[in-house]
Amino acid sequence: MARFAVLVFPGTNCEGDVLHAIQTVTGQPAELVWHKEGSLDGFDAAVVPGGFAHGDYLRAGGLARFSPVMEPLARMADSGQAVVGICNGFQILQEAGLLPGAMLRNQSLSYVCRDVRIRVEANSSPLTMGLAPGTALRMPVGHAEGNFRADDAVLEALEADEQVIFRYCDDDGEATADANPNGSRNNIAGVRNRRGNVAALMPHPDRAYEDALGGADGCRLFESLHRFTQS
Amino acid sequence: MTFRVRVLVRLRPSVYDPQGEAIKKAIAADPRLSAASVRQGKMFDLEVKADSPSEAKARAAEIASRVLANPVLEDFNVHVILD
Repeated sequence: MARFAVLVFPGTNCEGDVLHAIQTVTGQPAELVWHKEGSLDGFDAAVVPGGFAHGDYLRAGGLARFSPVMEPLARMADSGQAVVGICNGFQILQEAGLLPGAMLRNQSLSYVCRDVRIRVEANSSPLTMGLAPGTALRMPVGHAEGNFRADDAVLEALEADEQVIFRYCDDDGEATADANPNGSRNNIAGVRNRRGNVAALMPHPDRAYEDALGGADGCRLFESLHRFTQS
Repeated sequence: MTFRVRVLVRLRPSVYDPQGEAIKKAIAADPRLSAASVRQGKMFDLEVKADSPSEAKARAAEIASRVLANPVLEDFNVHVILD
């Protein structure tokens, strides 16, 4: 059995979807954890869901990093447990220094909300464990700041180290500029840390985990997360 | 003593600024106006307790580097407002 923590900040709004997705896809217990909590003892994995933590004041994810729950979250990351971010959760993990890079405003300046395709690039992460590189998945994005940015040197290291785990792609699986919804460098949709236990993506697997939602490809990511906790 | 300190945070020169570009286009839409470039940033006014202007500046710089700016994207500068 694995216990999942789903973190909730003021302004988080995807915690219900993530909780339900984990419970239905993995059959494992999951609990909401308020950002004022100082402990994540007893959890095997933590998910930082999407939304607008602290109103996205200052910068997207910029204030969440000072919430008390971030200390035990960093300890989970240090100890090798799975820590995963989705959308705003990705931005929060970047701001906390648990994942590389930062998000700029989308190149279009528009909030983009539509289905995208993403290609699995590396299976060395809690979101992609057991998925074959090259696998294309469809799920929605919904964000205004998903334009992944890192210095050339950092970007080169990420690519060399296979820390890019998802790239936006077209229907043929090609990472083209047209398939990129936000202008992110190298079509990056998701990354992992060097150790391979912290990972995040901008698209929402929590909005694509059963056919009634228009697609179920998101299940693969929650299954992967479950698999990681068993490994 | 309390000092007023102004912190300006801006995108590093190498970082593309989509908002600045959009503003530049909006300026160019008025035939009487033009700007060769526009970069958008943020301004913060802080009140900082310190014994001297230089100490106030150092305290504000620490706040800027830890909280107000994201070093991946942004630079900042700090100056004490003496009036």
